[in-house]
Amino acid sequence: MTRLAEYAEARELTVNLMLRELRGRYKRSALGWTWSLLNPLSTVIVFSVVFAFFLKIDPPTGHPSGLHSFPMFLLCGLLPFNYLSNGMNGSLDSLLSNSNLIRKVYFPREVLVVSTVGALLVTFLVELGVLGVILLLLGNMILPWLPVLFLLVAIQTVFVLGIGLMLSVFNVYFRDVKHFIGISLQALFYSAPIVYPIKFVEDAATRTSFPLLRVYELNPLVRFVDAYRAVLYDLRFPAFSDVAYVTIWAAGLLALGLFVFHRLDRRLAEEV
Amino acid sequence: MSTAISVDDVSKQYRLYHERNQSLKAAIMRRARVKYEEFWALRDVSFEVPQGATFALIGENGSGKSTLLKCMAHILRPEKGRIETRGKISALLELGAGFHPELTGRENIFLNGSILGMSKKQLNQRFDEIVGFAGLEHFIDTPVKNYSSGMYVRLGFSVAINVDPEILLIDEVLAVGDAEFQRRCLEKFDDFQEAGKTIVIVSHALESVRNLCDTAAWLEHGLLRRIGTASEVIDEYLTESHTDRAADGDHGARWGTGEAQVEKIEVLDGSGEPVKRVRTGDTVIFRFHYKSDALIEKPVWGMALFSLDGVWVTGPSTREVGLYPEKLAPGDEGYVDLHVDRLLLLPGTYDVSASLFNITGATVYDMRHRALRFDVEFGDPHEEYGFMSLGGSWEGDILDTAR
Repeated sequence: MTRLAEYAEARELTVNLMLRELRGRYKRSALGWTWSLLNPLSTVIVFSVVFAFFLKIDPPTGHPSGLHSFPMFLLCGLLPFNYLSNGMNGSLDSLLSNSNLIRKVYFPREVLVVSTVGALLVTFLVELGVLGVILLLLGNMILPWLPVLFLLVAIQTVFVLGIGLMLSVFNVYFRDVKHFIGISLQALFYSAPIVYPIKFVEDAATRTSFPLLRVYELNPLVRFVDAYRAVLYDLRFPAFSDVAYVTIWAAGLLALGLFVFHRLDRRLAEEV
Repeated sequence: MSTAISVDDVSKQYRLYHERNQSLKAAIMRRARVKYEEFWALRDVSFEVPQGATFALIGENGSGKSTLLKCMAHILRPEKGRIETRGKISALLELGAGFHPELTGRENIFLNGSILGMSKKQLNQRFDEIVGFAGLEHFIDTPVKNYSSGMYVRLGFSVAINVDPEILLIDEVLAVGDAEFQRRCLEKFDDFQEAGKTIVIVSHALESVRNLCDTAAWLEHGLLRRIGTASEVIDEYLTESHTDRAADGDHGARWGTGEAQVEKIEVLDGSGEPVKRVRTGDTVIFRFHYKSDALIEKPVWGMALFSLDGVWVTGPSTREVGLYPEKLAPGDEGYVDLHVDRLLLLPGTYDVSASLFNITGATVYDMRHRALRFDVEFGDPHEEYGFMSLGGSWEGDILDTAR
């Protein structure tokens, strides 16, 4: 059986594992799904106090939306970052935490990564939905921009999947990949204009001969944040170069992820 | 007859790690991945399983039979050779693998079913049958973490058996549930055979294998030793492995000071000939060869019988009858027998443990746990259920009319 046929057959399994993940996550907790919203909410409160109030970071005014709000500015970058970060952490564990299944049942193992990312995608969409409602209440008419938003979400999902496929198998062979990722994510968070406007980096670039801005913008996360913010905060099309750049990254990572996964999944049932 | 599974020159290698913690640091320091020893679990195994066959894989623990079964299920991939299978496969390696404890029985049926390759439509059609077969109508909306282990396994089996595969791979899981559930499983099994499906079983329960299977393959240290009709292969396997098992005794634990040892365990018939299996009602001698390396005082010999699933059936010792020598000197050797005039064990497979210890019980010189395995077949009395016969006879006027 070819891989494609296997994938097609595993569609329902993917959905079911996704549901297992979603249903199991907040079972027996009093607040249930509210937890998935409380997490970004608490981050927003803490960061708003520290960065907007103490450090007096002034967010740019949305153009043409005219929106001027640090919490909104932050959320437009924070939610996509959380999706990436949760996707990486979730994928890391996706194979090991299902070792029982891998050792006892055959199915395409990619399904485990895909369903993990899929469940996080659902969470991400819920969070975006709530953010969308708040933005509407603040007068940001985002509805016409939804198709562009969904396009970005789709590109990011491919991006996360590509990384996730690689991380999941690496972590089976080298268990300390997990710790490495823990540290990297923190650096990654500050490597993109999530809590600060990109203007800070542009200003800093003028004070040095080092091509700071050019290097900074090599980071695909910078472009993702830029694009999401254009759609949600500014209400305009994201820069074509940004979208093209992240699309190339996403496609490349997915291809690389699948390649690496297939190279290393031969011994999965023995190593997990 | 066409082939359902063809195993073509298959070799499977495992890696035995010396250091279980794999870390990047270790990998970089050694400029290689973690060091390991290679171990071939299967070597150049080739055979074909015809469609509609009920096929058994037998052999000692560690002979590679479960590895081969997992290769057939595509869970493991062989390093060399190919396994080709025709038709949908369902593997019953562990029941309820993938159940989520917080989800209800109903939710888990759909989840587990799709893991095993069933579509939602098929699951909807068979849902009632699955629940009915497991006998869990009242508990189907309860989270499975509240199930007893029996309920858990029954539900797992019920889902797996309803996958309706063309090839069913089973690893020692038929021994689940109570007698009633077992009976239903065997019925389901018959249905499978009648429907012309292929079944491959890995099992230690040789007498069940003999009854269920038409063909058997005997694996030894990863090599295919013999393949043929189930009865012949099992006979040959029992003949050979009997003495072997007693000698190496590696399928049970062994502990003790080693000052004196139980060197060998034998099962003999009434005339003192080693036997491969016995019948209920036979005269049987259990012989325990010992050897002493030190001066030990007041040694006693003990033995125990365990059923295959670990039930301690009996455990007589010379201490109970007050028989023990004052001492064993270094170099002393010989044997003691437990003579059983009429063995009242019922058909099945049993393990013998043997021990040599001090009368006080304070020092265990040698304890060989489940070191020898033997089979009991139907004899006189011809009884089926449980481990022991009471050796009784049924009486009553009404029964006389039936004689």
